[in-house]
Amino acid sequence: MAKRGMDAEARQGFTLIAPPFIYALAILAAPILTILSYSFLTDGYLEVVREFTLDNYRQVWTDPIVRTVMLRSLMVSALVTLVTVVLAFPVAYYVSFMVRPERKSMWLFLITIPFWTSYLIRVFLWKVILGYNGVINSSLTGLGIIDEPLTFILYNVNSIVLTLAHAYAPFAILPIFVALEKIDRSLLEAGRDLGENRLMTFWRVTLPLAMPGVIAAVLIVFIPTIGDYVTPELIGGGKIPMIANLIQVQMLALDNRPLGSALAVTAMLVVAVVSLLFLALNRRFLKVKQ
Amino acid sequence: MSAGRFQGGGLRAYTLFYLLFLYAPILLLPLFAFNSGTIIAFPLKGFTTDWFVQMWGNATLRRALTNSLTIAMSASVLATCFGIFAARASTRFEFPGKTGIMGFIMLPMVLPEIIVAMSLLVVLLGVGAELSILTVIIGHTLICMPYGIAILSTAFASLDRSLEEAAYDLGETKWSAFRLITLPLVMPGIISSLLISFTISLDEFIIAFFLAGNEPTLPTYIFSQLRFPKQIPMIMALGTVLVALSIILLAIGEYFRRRGIARIGGKDSGGFL
Amino acid sequence: MSDDSSPMIECRELQKYYGDYHALRGIDLSIREGEFFSLLGPSGCGKTTLLRVIAGFEDISAGAVLIDGRHMEDVPANRRPTNMVFQSYAIFPHLSVAENVAFGLRRDPRPKPEKAAMVEEALEMVGLRGYGGRAAHALSGGQRQRVALARALILKPKVLLLDEPLSALDRKMREQMQVELIKLQRQVGITFVLVTHDQEEALVMSDRIAVMFEGEIAQLDEPEALYARPASRRVADFIGVMNFLPARILDEADGRATADIPGLGVVDLPEGQISRADADDSGPMIGFRPETMTLLRPGQTSQQARETGAVIDEVVYYGDMTYYDLRLDGSARLDGKARTVRISMRNVFGRDVPCVGTAVRLAWSPGSLVLFR
Repeated sequence: MAKRGMDAEARQGFTLIAPPFIYALAILAAPILTILSYSFLTDGYLEVVREFTLDNYRQVWTDPIVRTVMLRSLMVSALVTLVTVVLAFPVAYYVSFMVRPERKSMWLFLITIPFWTSYLIRVFLWKVILGYNGVINSSLTGLGIIDEPLTFILYNVNSIVLTLAHAYAPFAILPIFVALEKIDRSLLEAGRDLGENRLMTFWRVTLPLAMPGVIAAVLIVFIPTIGDYVTPELIGGGKIPMIANLIQVQMLALDNRPLGSALAVTAMLVVAVVSLLFLALNRRFLKVKQ
Repeated sequence: MSAGRFQGGGLRAYTLFYLLFLYAPILLLPLFAFNSGTIIAFPLKGFTTDWFVQMWGNATLRRALTNSLTIAMSASVLATCFGIFAARASTRFEFPGKTGIMGFIMLPMVLPEIIVAMSLLVVLLGVGAELSILTVIIGHTLICMPYGIAILSTAFASLDRSLEEAAYDLGETKWSAFRLITLPLVMPGIISSLLISFTISLDEFIIAFFLAGNEPTLPTYIFSQLRFPKQIPMIMALGTVLVALSIILLAIGEYFRRRGIARIGGKDSGGFL
Repeated sequence: MSDDSSPMIECRELQKYYGDYHALRGIDLSIREGEFFSLLGPSGCGKTTLLRVIAGFEDISAGAVLIDGRHMEDVPANRRPTNMVFQSYAIFPHLSVAENVAFGLRRDPRPKPEKAAMVEEALEMVGLRGYGGRAAHALSGGQRQRVALARALILKPKVLLLDEPLSALDRKMREQMQVELIKLQRQVGITFVLVTHDQEEALVMSDRIAVMFEGEIAQLDEPEALYARPASRRVADFIGVMNFLPARILDEADGRATADIPGLGVVDLPEGQISRADADDSGPMIGFRPETMTLLRPGQTSQQARETGAVIDEVVYYGDMTYYDLRLDGSARLDGKARTVRISMRNVFGRDVPCVGTAVRLAWSPGSLVLFR
């Protein structure tokens, strides 16, 4: 009886959250649990044999090809994340600190537009820009700057990194912008009033306060890039697969669902571990702030 | 002060350069779409609208378009409906396990799409379901839902709780208070959520690629044609149309968002997401 | 319907829990018809919860609420004869001023022109004649307040509930609205229940005030009684400024007491001047308000019965008033600690303010003292 008021509110809350929650359980949780259980089963020809085994994981962790692809995926997403966040920070800083308040939303709108245009076509156009007969090479040869087309810019990791950094740019800018917007401007004046120059004020006041935004940006870029399928396929020319391509090949082309599932679960674990690491970092920053 | 202005100038130049980087592919798109040369490279040959004509006459493309529009409309409506429930629950009520439940529902936003697509595919094949645009709608609803919730939560959270109470106090029922007060005030958020979900679904490739069976959607059709150099100019024309469409949809979304803010006399504090 | 014997609002043994948190602890209260009643207390004392219980926004865990003699248990907020002015005013931002005021009339069967006339009348009553067409979000704070009042009063409720209605206004506007609210209440003649944390506001506006701490009513009284005879040290501290001096009780019989107060001497206190002490009290205390003692200039005499010597420790000048912190002669007699008390004096033109360190005399009478024991 004592908790009557509380329960009524909780009941209403549960009733409201039930439809989306049940949907997510059915369409997300159930499939993920399924591949989790598949990953411990044995692969038969064209079917999954219900026999418990750890072989799939053994293979994932020992197979040199899997290891190469896994490490490459990690490295590519780490590079993409680094490049994207470092390139994005000054833009977020500019919009937050230098643009007049009434024009900020226009700038954000400008930054987000390219993100909403066809991802596939954008990726393909980078191939056009970077390609053997692409925009850069044909312009440079046309101008007589180079004789032979540059080849280091296509079908390799560099081009994948560049393309992904382009694709995820707004994802990095927005969280940093939000964190910068939250900074009380008088703190910066206080920093300068206490005898620090602009650079040191930035280093000792702005950057630490913007850190939660930076960490959010890192996560929001890192997680989807590690699972990107299209860019390695189109830009890498299928020759430098990443983990998503490997999962697809195992699941469909080779029809080895248990191994594919083990790969998917491992990829999720890697993502989860990296995310938790960064969240822990974030918590430390927040603690320092308090 | 002059040091500050110099610094601002440097940053401004950098930002403009960065915008150029962001827009480079989009700016190239119409150039090639109207270029009469069949190879996508400089120098450009001449002006033509042939590729648009060719695009218009393509039956598979039309089918892909119909499919994509059906999927995008269904997924955006479903995702927004779920989003309204979740956003209202999370901004208005406290209940045990709220953080966990909301975190779980928002998960697709940060989960690699390949994992969502693959695990869903495994289950669908496992239960013997036939792949069709329906299965794509199911997947798209899941991944659009978190975006809808993010937008709608902002709309619901900026609403003063006592507005609804005031309507109730003035004699309305709980439902009519919601209909007369809350719904009109979050309507800009609902429209934004519909438009964003629509745009995401229209452009989504991976889930459509794996879950559509033999049905083409715009992105999977584009992907299949990118292998054939002859088809590329037409794809450029298609891309131009799609980009123009996206920008129009986004501009409408932005218009409604701003009108929503102006209507309740609030302050503009940012854009999408 | 209600006569003088039956109250407009009656709360019986109200209990309210939020989970384990005990928000209202046995509230017994009756509010008369036509009364301007205030619930006063610090934030978190349960005053807003009590108001929302009366309005029907919160369930109660135990007890009963009666409005105009009717049990409210199964009557939801939208069917109670109460209307509320919210702290944020809750003006619907997408509607015009007139649409806001007319909101509660939606289900009213009256013809449109008649409703429009009612809206115009309500707007006129709150001094917003001709504002009907304005957009609600373009109004100032004071204007929003008036729209909220008009919107609630147009439904002719038996009780108007006001949740900190003046807290969002600046000082000048607040003082102006205080007077306007009193006038409005007299004009419409219905019961007003005001929630406030501002003791001055409560004193200015109310017929009666209930002071609440931690979910309980600590004292329910008319403003003058509340100010002059606080029931406990806590109430005394919350309302205005009160000086406290330790006292030694020498004799006590038939509700009267004789106390020895360092700096003031031995005083007889009648029944009406003895209040209960708080549970965690350190012993009996004497309390008095700053304005009850008079600072005498050299050679000046006073009608008041007693005089005490003191030295000025601090002078705080406020323009119309000056506060003096005084060290009373002999105040260290009891425990070796010197006590200072705060006295307020109205400044008189042409008379200079004495400075720090001056020895002065204080005139006072035992009737202004309250003993907390």
